[in-house]
Amino acid sequence: MSETRQSNDRDERIKSMSSWRKALIRPELGGICGTILVFIFFMLTAFDSGMFGPAGVLNWSVVSAQFMIIAVGACLLMIAGEFDLSVGSMIGFAGMIIAIFSITLGWPVWLAIILAFVICVSCGALNGFIVVRTGLPSFIVTLAFLFILRGFTIFFPQTFERKTIIGGIRDAAEGDWLAPLFGGKILTGFFQWLGEVGLIEVFVRGSRKGQPIVEGVPMLIVWALALVVFGHFLLTRTRFGNWIFASGGDAQAARYVGVPVNRVKILMFMFTAFCATVFATCQVMEFGSAGADRGLLKEFEAIIAVVIGGALLTGGYGSVIGAALGALIFGVVQQGLFFAGVESSLFRVFLGLILLMAVILNTYIRRLITGER
Amino acid sequence: MPEPIVKMVDIEKHFGSVIALAGVSFDVHAGECHCLLGDNGAGKSTFIKTMSGVHEPSAGQIFFEGNPMQFADPRDAITAGIATVYQDLAMIPLMSVSRNFFMGNEPIRKFMGLPLYDHEHAERVTLEKMRSMGINLRGADQAVGTLSGGERQTVAIARAVHFGAKVLILDEPTSALGVRQTANVLATVDKVRKSGIAVVFITHNVRHALAVGDRFTVLNRGKTLGTAKRGEITPEKLQDLMAGGMEMATLEGSLGGTV
Repeated sequence: MSETRQSNDRDERIKSMSSWRKALIRPELGGICGTILVFIFFMLTAFDSGMFGPAGVLNWSVVSAQFMIIAVGACLLMIAGEFDLSVGSMIGFAGMIIAIFSITLGWPVWLAIILAFVICVSCGALNGFIVVRTGLPSFIVTLAFLFILRGFTIFFPQTFERKTIIGGIRDAAEGDWLAPLFGGKILTGFFQWLGEVGLIEVFVRGSRKGQPIVEGVPMLIVWALALVVFGHFLLTRTRFGNWIFASGGDAQAARYVGVPVNRVKILMFMFTAFCATVFATCQVMEFGSAGADRGLLKEFEAIIAVVIGGALLTGGYGSVIGAALGALIFGVVQQGLFFAGVESSLFRVFLGLILLMAVILNTYIRRLITGER
Repeated sequence: MPEPIVKMVDIEKHFGSVIALAGVSFDVHAGECHCLLGDNGAGKSTFIKTMSGVHEPSAGQIFFEGNPMQFADPRDAITAGIATVYQDLAMIPLMSVSRNFFMGNEPIRKFMGLPLYDHEHAERVTLEKMRSMGINLRGADQAVGTLSGGERQTVAIARAVHFGAKVLILDEPTSALGVRQTANVLATVDKVRKSGIAVVFITHNVRHALAVGDRFTVLNRGKTLGTAKRGEITPEKLQDLMAGGMEMATLEGSLGGTV
């Protein structure tokens, strides 16, 4: 057998990669650039509007955190090669389960919350089971669930309560041990102190006179950050993370080397449902009510945040940090346009444009990584 | 003569009314490269899928290291030490070389009781193994998509060897490659064989087979047309056997040489 040429240390045909090109193939790059641009833009246009005061920051942080919670689930699922279009309906459905068990049936709120998680995560498992068993595109299967769950979300409250919004949950949750985990605030003492030393403004009149205008960090934000850290850790630092990439990259190749692809996909559907339920529970505790129209279009917003964050729609590539930045861009722009006094319908125009740009950029990056031409 | 590591006797495989394999016998020794030749549809793929546990034979026996074996699924075969490298389904282009290398066999490092993917170990071993196969990577985090077809085959072969394959089945590793890449893959096969691993090399290219093979078995229409040792058979004879004789000889006459 002839000896081949490759005994030398370097292959002269491989160009050394410039560092910006190396940075470009990181999935988060688009998200990082976008975040910087968005902040610069609003610093310039809306700095005086209070957007970067304590109340303003809290405002867009909460909105971003909402996007983040569902984006983490959608991100991991998309990297595993699947979509879930039923996220928005799941949010409405989970909220309604909590309302019906706690208000209509009068059960304790903690039990209603646990039941909501059990039922919704089971729905996610069913979604995943149908997808892996039938081999149908998850797009179609979860589209079916989008309608099924939304239908029930409207049907149950109308049947039991003759209305589509069930309120009174905040009173019911008074003194509950589990509800504050979703509806409470942390660091309230710290913010009280900040108010006392004059670092943040306090109310000067009314029933809350003397209290800081920002009471604390809502649990919603804590959940969002915790889920981002968990998702990022799972994806990049564990064996399971490698399986997620492999399942989405090429399911058949992954099966050949013994990766339990079906289990990975079903678990990711369950995790997406879990995230949707966290979102729903936080929202129900914040508003004190559950509505049949909650969560409309959230599935698409989650997917857009994930795509802005650099994930490929075809699976196998993406980043949780990127998705979180996508969600941050989303929240900042949505609220920022309000602070800047721009007509809010333009938000949708922005959404469409940034989605288009992100997809084009991602396709280019994909060519860079795989060397396709 | 020592006992063959894998011995398959009178294997038959029927898919409904189709008889894909009608009594094929085959064996391979450690440190030997046994080429399985045949034209498209001869039953090569069905046969190796039987050997690697994807299909259960309808009749016949498989002996592994002298003991009768029954593989319920590919996992069993892999555990026993039979690894298969498929032509196109071996690698995931978007993932890095090291993540591909350890896919399904991820190295684990304990950190505060949590089992973590050991990136450092994975990248070090990947670079080491690839260098020993004659491929210098820019880095273990380079995506497999940037490698050539031959390099991908080599990664897959190195992976199988690293995870303790005793028998390596290569399904047409050279059929989609250029001349130089083919030479590289064949050199890799040669290295693997010399390290004492049994190689089953499936191809329909007689020249590739003769370059590395110790023995040659020709399949045609689900049957073996006999096994020949290296030096006992000419390329023309092999080619004729694969094509089923007659008409190939006339065809070659009109084309002016061995195809």
